[in-house]
Amino acid sequence: MNNSQIINDAQSMDSSQSMKMGQTLNIYYLESKFEWLKSIRNPAFALPAVLFPALFYTFFGVLMNQHGPQAATYLLCTYGTFGIIGPALFSFGAGLAVERGQGWLDIKDASPMPASAQIVSRLLVSMGFSVMVLISLGLVAFFFTDVSLSLAQVLKLSTILVMGGLPFCLLGLTLGLLLKAESAPAVVNLVYLPISFLSGLWIPITLLPNFLQSFAEFLPPYHLSQLALKVVELDSGGSVGKHLAILTLFSIVFFGLAIMTFNKKSVR
Amino acid sequence: MQIHSNQQQNIHSSVIASAYGLTKSFAGKKALDNIDLEIKSGQVFAILGANGAGKTTLINILLGRLNADSGEVSVFGVKAGSLQAKRQAGAMLQVANLPETLKIKEHIQLFQSYYPHPMDYQQVIHYAGLQDMQNRYSKKLSGGEKQRLLFALSICGNPKLLFLDEPSVGMDVEARQGLWQAIRDLRAAGTGIVLTTHYLEEADNLADDIVLIKQGLIIKRGSSEQIKSSISHTTIRFISNEKPEVLELLPAVVNVQPSGKFIQLHTDNVNQTLTALLKSYPNLQDLTVSSPGLEQAFLQLNNSGEEV
Repeated sequence: MNNSQIINDAQSMDSSQSMKMGQTLNIYYLESKFEWLKSIRNPAFALPAVLFPALFYTFFGVLMNQHGPQAATYLLCTYGTFGIIGPALFSFGAGLAVERGQGWLDIKDASPMPASAQIVSRLLVSMGFSVMVLISLGLVAFFFTDVSLSLAQVLKLSTILVMGGLPFCLLGLTLGLLLKAESAPAVVNLVYLPISFLSGLWIPITLLPNFLQSFAEFLPPYHLSQLALKVVELDSGGSVGKHLAILTLFSIVFFGLAIMTFNKKSVR
Repeated sequence: MQIHSNQQQNIHSSVIASAYGLTKSFAGKKALDNIDLEIKSGQVFAILGANGAGKTTLINILLGRLNADSGEVSVFGVKAGSLQAKRQAGAMLQVANLPETLKIKEHIQLFQSYYPHPMDYQQVIHYAGLQDMQNRYSKKLSGGEKQRLLFALSICGNPKLLFLDEPSVGMDVEARQGLWQAIRDLRAAGTGIVLTTHYLEEADNLADDIVLIKQGLIIKRGSSEQIKSSISHTTIRFISNEKPEVLELLPAVVNVQPSGKFIQLHTDNVNQTLTALLKSYPNLQDLTVSSPGLEQAFLQLNNSGEEV
């Protein structure tokens, strides 16, 4: 007796601690499902995320709009961009910082949950909220404006905006790992609102002073809104490739920052 | 061969986690200093110490959430904090709050999914005493109820090694009794349990092995009985008008403390002192003799900093 038996024991021990593919997928499924329930049940998160963009659009795109369907179409794209950035920044930025501050993430960290489940679930939830934002904006546009889009345009616009949340999820992730729980919501707002304004999401970029228009080139929301505006041919004329490249670059930078922050904060 | 299998049966518990020569400093200040310990299956291992003594640092190193500066740490023969170690362990850490908008049963379902062989849901609920509140949101839980939920989450994976950091904080007497029973049941089922606590009664009731940590050093280790007997003083208490100086002359007396109308004698040898005391002062009132509890032992050891 024997080595072979010992090795067998060791192996059976090993396989008893491994998980089947289905079990692993189940973690991601449940993590996403409960992340969704957690967010949708929290009115302080869900209501502003879904209603503010529609409210702003109703105000600026419908009630104050004196320029007809073209302006309404333009603002639908920019408020759409504004709307999908919110849940991305807040779910990751504020949500993660608060749970970290409570010590809740320590419990998750001590459990065998894969760290990526946390990220994937929040990513899916932000996308889910993006869809809700776009539906609410679409309803306002359909009932109260003369905006007319083809089905192809609607689908293209939705895809661009839902996918376009990714760089902001990564920015949110960095903020969520960096910020203190108490100040996180305020700081996230301090990032969210100014970059939205300066990127021309509230009032068209062409109405901003020249130096601000050039400054917008450095802001990721500007490039996402230009991609959206291209669908309705109201963009400022930059090439699709340039906007995509800049958004990709921002994603890589934010992802790198997030990894750096994470490694700094985890094992000391 | 016969002997061999007998031996195997006699070994009730095996070492499942160990640390040797563990040292950890934060900003030049030693948080842990040359710590040796072995955690065995089917036993409760209690770590006692004042706030800031290094208990939480020690647990975090055993969980692989902190790296030691030097020393060897092994959990189930693998690296602390590795996936394989995590899947066989559970941890109840100190948490200010849980995500508020999930129900108790949802929290448990989620944590069950993390483990290859989760504990049966009803059994988790039973151990943690959460039968009546499975559909409650964690927002609406009291401090003690939150602790019970955290305990439930820590056992979701059927752990062979369970870390409980101050588990009974905020629990009422009944809940604490329930927790103790659950800990005893898990121990009987073979789980090795690492417990830190401020309630010495808890350690006294549950622990097979106790280490006393002070400023990162283990200043005492052993069973509860051994630690209690390591301070040999027994207290004799009575009402008397005698001067303390006179009583100090009695045999085996260590010191005399007047406390109100009572006098307390600490003695190395109860028989000698008591015989002499009663001979000299036959009409003492309200005389009681008490051996030291774990709490007294803890205070005395922690204050003197006596080395093992």
